[in-house]
Amino acid sequence: MIEALIGFTFAAALLVLLAPDEWAGRLAFAFSLLPFAGSLYLWSGFESAGNALTGGDIGYMTQIEWLEVGGRTVSWFVGVDGISLPLVVLTTFLVPLAIVSAWTPIDSRQSQFYGLMLFMEANLLGVFTALDFFLWFVFWEAVLVPMYFLIGVWGGPRRKYAAIKFFVYTNAASLLMFIGFMSLTFALGGSVSSFALPEITGAIADGGLGTWFGISPDRIAMVAFLAMFAGFAVKVPIVPVHTWLPDAHVEAPTPVSVLLAGVLLKMGTYALLRFNFTMLPDQASALAVPIAAIAVISVIYGAMLALAQKDLKRIVAYSSVSSMGYVILGLVVFTEYGVGGATFQMVAHGLISGLMFMAVGVIYNATHTRMVGDMSGMADRMPVAVGILVAGAFGYMGLPLMAGFAGEFFIFVGSFAAPSLPYAPIFTALAMFGIVIVAGYLLSAMQSTLFGPFELETDYDVGPAPFHDVAPLAVLLVAIIVLGVAPDIFFEMIRDAAVPVVEGVTING
Amino acid sequence: MVNTLPQVAALLPVFLLAFTGLALLLVDTISPDTRSNTSMAVVGAVGSLAASAASVWLVVSGTGSPDTGGAITLFAEAIKVDTMALFFSAIFASVTALVVVAAHDYFHDHASPAAFYSLTLFAATGMALLAAANSLAVVFVALEMVSLPSYVLVAYLKRNRGSVEAGLKYFLVGALSSAIFLFGISLVYAATGSLLFGGVAEGIGSLDGLAGIAGLGIVMIVGGVAYKTASVPFHFWAPEAYEGAPAPVSAFLSSASKAAGFVVAFRLFTEAFPVGASLAAGIDWVLAFGVLAAVTMTLGNFAAAVQEEVKRMLAYSSIGHAGYVLIGVAALSAGGSANGSVMGAAMAHLLVYGFMNTGAFLFVAMAERWGVGRTFEDYAGLAKRAPVASTAMAVFMFSLAGLPPFAGFFSKYFLFMGAIDNGFLWLAAFGAVNSVVSLYYYSRVVKALFIDDPASSSSLDAIDVRPTGLYAAVVFAAVATVLLLPGFGPVIETAEAAASALF
Repeated sequence: MIEALIGFTFAAALLVLLAPDEWAGRLAFAFSLLPFAGSLYLWSGFESAGNALTGGDIGYMTQIEWLEVGGRTVSWFVGVDGISLPLVVLTTFLVPLAIVSAWTPIDSRQSQFYGLMLFMEANLLGVFTALDFFLWFVFWEAVLVPMYFLIGVWGGPRRKYAAIKFFVYTNAASLLMFIGFMSLTFALGGSVSSFALPEITGAIADGGLGTWFGISPDRIAMVAFLAMFAGFAVKVPIVPVHTWLPDAHVEAPTPVSVLLAGVLLKMGTYALLRFNFTMLPDQASALAVPIAAIAVISVIYGAMLALAQKDLKRIVAYSSVSSMGYVILGLVVFTEYGVGGATFQMVAHGLISGLMFMAVGVIYNATHTRMVGDMSGMADRMPVAVGILVAGAFGYMGLPLMAGFAGEFFIFVGSFAAPSLPYAPIFTALAMFGIVIVAGYLLSAMQSTLFGPFELETDYDVGPAPFHDVAPLAVLLVAIIVLGVAPDIFFEMIRDAAVPVVEGVTING
Repeated sequence: MVNTLPQVAALLPVFLLAFTGLALLLVDTISPDTRSNTSMAVVGAVGSLAASAASVWLVVSGTGSPDTGGAITLFAEAIKVDTMALFFSAIFASVTALVVVAAHDYFHDHASPAAFYSLTLFAATGMALLAAANSLAVVFVALEMVSLPSYVLVAYLKRNRGSVEAGLKYFLVGALSSAIFLFGISLVYAATGSLLFGGVAEGIGSLDGLAGIAGLGIVMIVGGVAYKTASVPFHFWAPEAYEGAPAPVSAFLSSASKAAGFVVAFRLFTEAFPVGASLAAGIDWVLAFGVLAAVTMTLGNFAAAVQEEVKRMLAYSSIGHAGYVLIGVAALSAGGSANGSVMGAAMAHLLVYGFMNTGAFLFVAMAERWGVGRTFEDYAGLAKRAPVASTAMAVFMFSLAGLPPFAGFFSKYFLFMGAIDNGFLWLAAFGAVNSVVSLYYYSRVVKALFIDDPASSSSLDAIDVRPTGLYAAVVFAAVATVLLLPGFGPVIETAEAAASALF
């Protein structure tokens, strides 16, 4: 079933590439609805039972041997559990909306643009469902190629710099992570017979790590943990390796920013959860204090940076750095609500940041500026779009009954009394302070651009945004509210998959 | 099925290549008026494709593999056909087919393109023979059979100063290294009393104070291999020759001819100078190859990073890849458990490289055909006018860099893992660092093609033709580069089995 989903998306990408520019956007939208329907079908028939890596049931599993390396098999091994399924649904839900939001701003080489978007979706689905390291790594890297072109070809004035910076940062990070993981498999030696993640996780938990090149198992595990953490940290991104993100976001066209913030950043946190926190839980809890410190610094520093920006897109971009800090904090506390809340926050932030980028894009389509000082009173001219933007911003600030509140609330509940993290209440209190800063910069930016008397230097009339620009915003807002009112539609399965991770730590188990 | 055929049928790929070459030469000589560029190219392509198909069929049917009675020896053991020989024949014949198809368009206004096809096929014949050589004498004769047509091919555009200069440089270095290689053979013969690989290996085991002579001979032979594979210290000819030669010839030399050099190395340093016996005799060629591999890949990659011309960059990148493949010899150890896998991985890398590197040079051939210029800046914005070819080029570049969605990732990965499994962590580390460097200059090409804007609005007007043959060859190579990722299983298994049979 999952291979049908991925295969169809690849095929759709090819067809859209060959379609004429005039209706490539419509065709891509129609095609992208099918994977969404497919993921809803997966969801409807899914019965959660544990974590895929720690011996739980794997939904819609397929395992076909591909080839053999040095006595270990590589296979096409895909499946979902309570952690990956929400992210699959998020991906297939955001892509059609991002495609619709591209109809207005993308006016050249459309068939290539939409083809690459679908190509990226196919690989993202692969990243979230692959359970074999090699397969996962192929998808993981294959996401970079379309992203590089999407920023580099359709981006803003500094697109070349941003695309190269994105490509080099994330590739160097991938290499570091790859080396870290490989040293683990070498140290496991004969105790594993494949690159299947569940098998490797099990072997590590059973003490399968041996001495390799004269390095002791504990040290290998620690080095591998650090290498993988550093590699994934770039992707998340965590301060201080976050500098590629604002550049990439500002230069990327709006629909690409939506996917970048909405889904690509989650690749990093998803991989951290899967690899660092599930495979090497003891190393993670040994390093809990420094990781929590980095997480809190990301929250505060990212928010401070956002406070200092004038460009609306940069504000949202830096606030993503801040939000990802909460996710890391939730992961490192190793409690049911912490890890579960972090996963829930991945989905919630995907929806909210997608909404924010899209709304900023709608304003930019009309005004051709994103600078805070350049405009004011936009609410007069584009009431619906601005209304949704304001609602989304409140979601970002954690207004109850919206998805952001649920995610952050779970994380704080989980982290406040975490048994494995020293000074947990202090870290939590500091991180909570980030919300105040978020409220500060979002409110001040909105006040000066959206309200007050209308002012904008143009030689044309600024009117309401077209229907197909506003419709995706409304759909996203509805989803955010639904998820905020009834978080259990995802949280229940997430919790099922998160509990085994929490129990994997010696201190809890 | 093979059992019903005479044993000499195992040389079918060699015969097919030779007869096609002779037929082309015959028509060109006795009836120059009736020949046409197209018909000659078609004959050449069909002949090399048939040879390629024959090689694949023989491999699949198990000819020469240990499962079906072992290698087939012919002509008083001077020739030995095994899976490795057939594997390499498949590489040579495929590259030849791609080059011949591409050359049809490249030489569309040349006075006598027919000679080009027959020379290419003769060189390919020599390569296929080289892959099956079991005697130092056959090695030398086959090597010359590859080299002599190659000199002519490099200088094929005789009114082009660059081409002639390249041919001359190639010839001078080639003649020198042939002499060194031959002298090395004679020293080895003097020390061991045999030209057959098996005899040499026995002789190495009982040198009786002649270890110095044998060692000197082996060093000279290493030099000859380094020349043919464009490795340090005999790499100086490569950037000059690849840059000056017509681009299809550069493709042929840097893919097929390099692979031919490696098959000699693989055979000589497993069957004639086995690791265990050589080390016992105090001849440590493993270390020599290790140093050569590290220096070659580092020099090739760093030099490639500073080039301004795409073709020259590819020439240095080809030196870098020679360094990677040298790991296949350098990471051998006496009784090492992963000897077969590391050499097999090197073979698989050469196969993948045969497609991705040939494709890259053929894209350059297409650019030369259009006349858009040679530097990165000249390539700016080509994707706007030639999206299909540019996409293929992007595939080649990412695959050469070893990025995961393409076959180059797997072949490089297997190579480095084999080295680590055999205890050569330092070689794998060198390879990994160099791969990162290479990403920089390969992505420069992609950036120029897709992201940079053309220097002027008229600079793309040169792209006024769609050379069918070149397009077909480039697209085919790209499809092969992509499909070799899912289809890598059978390739690596065949290669590992072939290499393991030698130890």
